[in-house]
Amino acid sequence: MSTLAAKHTKSFDDYLFSFGAWALAIMWALPLLYAIWTAFHPAAYETRFELFAPLTLENFYKAWMQAPFARYYLNTIMLVTSILVVQLILGTLAAFAFARLEFKGKNFVFTLVLLQLMVMPDILIVENYQTMRKLGLIDTILAIGLPYMASGFCIFLLRQTFMTIPTELDEAARMEGASIFVLLKRVYVPLAKPTYLAFGLVSVSAHWNNFVWPLIITNSVETRPLTVGLSIFATTDSGTEWSIINAATLITSGPLLIGFILFQRQFVQSFMRAGIK
Amino acid sequence: MGKLNQQWIYAWLLLLPAMVILLGFTYLPAIETFIDSFFSTARGRRPSVFVGWENYERLISDDVFKRVLWNNAIYALVTIPASIGLALAMALFVHSPRRGVGLLRMAYFTPTVLPLIAVANIWIFFYLPTIGLIDQIRALFGFSAQNWIGQPDTVLYTMIAVAVWKEAGFFMIFYLAALQAIPQPLREAAAIEGASRWTFFKRVTLPLIMPTTLFVSVNAVINAFRLVDHIFVMTQGGPNNASNLLLYYIYDVAFAFWDTAYASTLTVVMLIILSVLAIGQFFFLDKKVHYK
Repeated sequence: MSTLAAKHTKSFDDYLFSFGAWALAIMWALPLLYAIWTAFHPAAYETRFELFAPLTLENFYKAWMQAPFARYYLNTIMLVTSILVVQLILGTLAAFAFARLEFKGKNFVFTLVLLQLMVMPDILIVENYQTMRKLGLIDTILAIGLPYMASGFCIFLLRQTFMTIPTELDEAARMEGASIFVLLKRVYVPLAKPTYLAFGLVSVSAHWNNFVWPLIITNSVETRPLTVGLSIFATTDSGTEWSIINAATLITSGPLLIGFILFQRQFVQSFMRAGIK
Repeated sequence: MGKLNQQWIYAWLLLLPAMVILLGFTYLPAIETFIDSFFSTARGRRPSVFVGWENYERLISDDVFKRVLWNNAIYALVTIPASIGLALAMALFVHSPRRGVGLLRMAYFTPTVLPLIAVANIWIFFYLPTIGLIDQIRALFGFSAQNWIGQPDTVLYTMIAVAVWKEAGFFMIFYLAALQAIPQPLREAAAIEGASRWTFFKRVTLPLIMPTTLFVSVNAVINAFRLVDHIFVMTQGGPNNASNLLLYYIYDVAFAFWDTAYASTLTVVMLIILSVLAIGQFFFLDKKVHYK
């Protein structure tokens, strides 16, 4: 009798749970689904949702022709890779020092590094612009990436991971007279792979999507990343059709989206294994 | 590696490259911001001079600043709890294996990888009066059309909805990782005791994921001041500053009016708010965090 009642309430509970989950999922997916709908259909179907509306690639063709997206792509890819490579190298070196070496002022310096989680270059746009002007770097891809190349978040994540690596492993390597770099290459970096992957994905998506700082520091086609290029495309030409703007939107976010859908499982798992919690 | 007393040399050599960049683009600019807020903006042949508290006096009498601060307070007070709450709900939804979990997780997470500047274009359509999706749905229930973005009393909330939509899925990942770490024996013990799902959540899950909540809330606080990309596309702070936020105002003052001294003063306000919130959060939540 009592088990029956328990079972009954549980199923109602489950029903409510599923309903909430799917309602939220639909709300969250709707903007993207709408963009896909308009991008692949003629402009006449922007607000008419008919199942058998004709499909077209014309919007993508028009968008690609109306702005130098190929160049913007190249800029974004150069930007994102240069930031990530430097972040990982500098992060690995610093994280090793914090995790395995003893020195005076270690806690103080580490607190300073953590401070960057709160006070980010995103906020210091006024001063950083002046610094870039003094360095003569205005309107360069390097200037977009430079302020982000040392990441407090990266150092923090790698330090946490390095600290979980058993010291017996690196002592064995040290006995053989391995240098710090060999030690990092043979022991620390391979064992911290999930963390590298997790941070890499966060970094790439953050800088692929970054907008305000690149907008400020660039003013030519040769340096503008996709986000800035898209904003110019979508606003200067107020007569542009929705379907073309949405096609451009998909062009700018496509690779990241496809990459995420393909690596979804690995992405979530690497986050869990990285022990970000 | 050598002896212990040589370690500090290695340590500093390893830290040096990262510290140079952190110093140059985070610590020094933060300090310079404070200094610059006591000087005037150099214009033409007039150099920058020390003006004492003048920029701060202007701040106090600046109506736009007051509006912006108020807007940002609302923006933070809604986006922070809403995105954290939804993130936790999402994590609970996709935590236990059920049909379609992969699809659910994908739906929740995709806004994170989409550029905010790009999705702003899509959201504009949703908010359009009469032909926009929201008004089309409302029309089914007999509600009249609304100009959501064009009205001062609704525009800020349209920005808030976009921000919550954008960040909740990202926070979900952290909660998901925390939920996976809850030991299985605890669940089994609770099941034997006959604890309901709600009791288990309140007594076991919530206390155990407190460190994650601290981490996520720090991020949510920063985002409440940092996520302004969609304003560039959707409203430019309007109508009549109704959707203007602090970082957007700083951008406007610095790069549309080129008044860098006043922009620095506004940045100081931002830095102070962030530090106070960071310290406050740490002390408030730290008491509730149960570390091992």
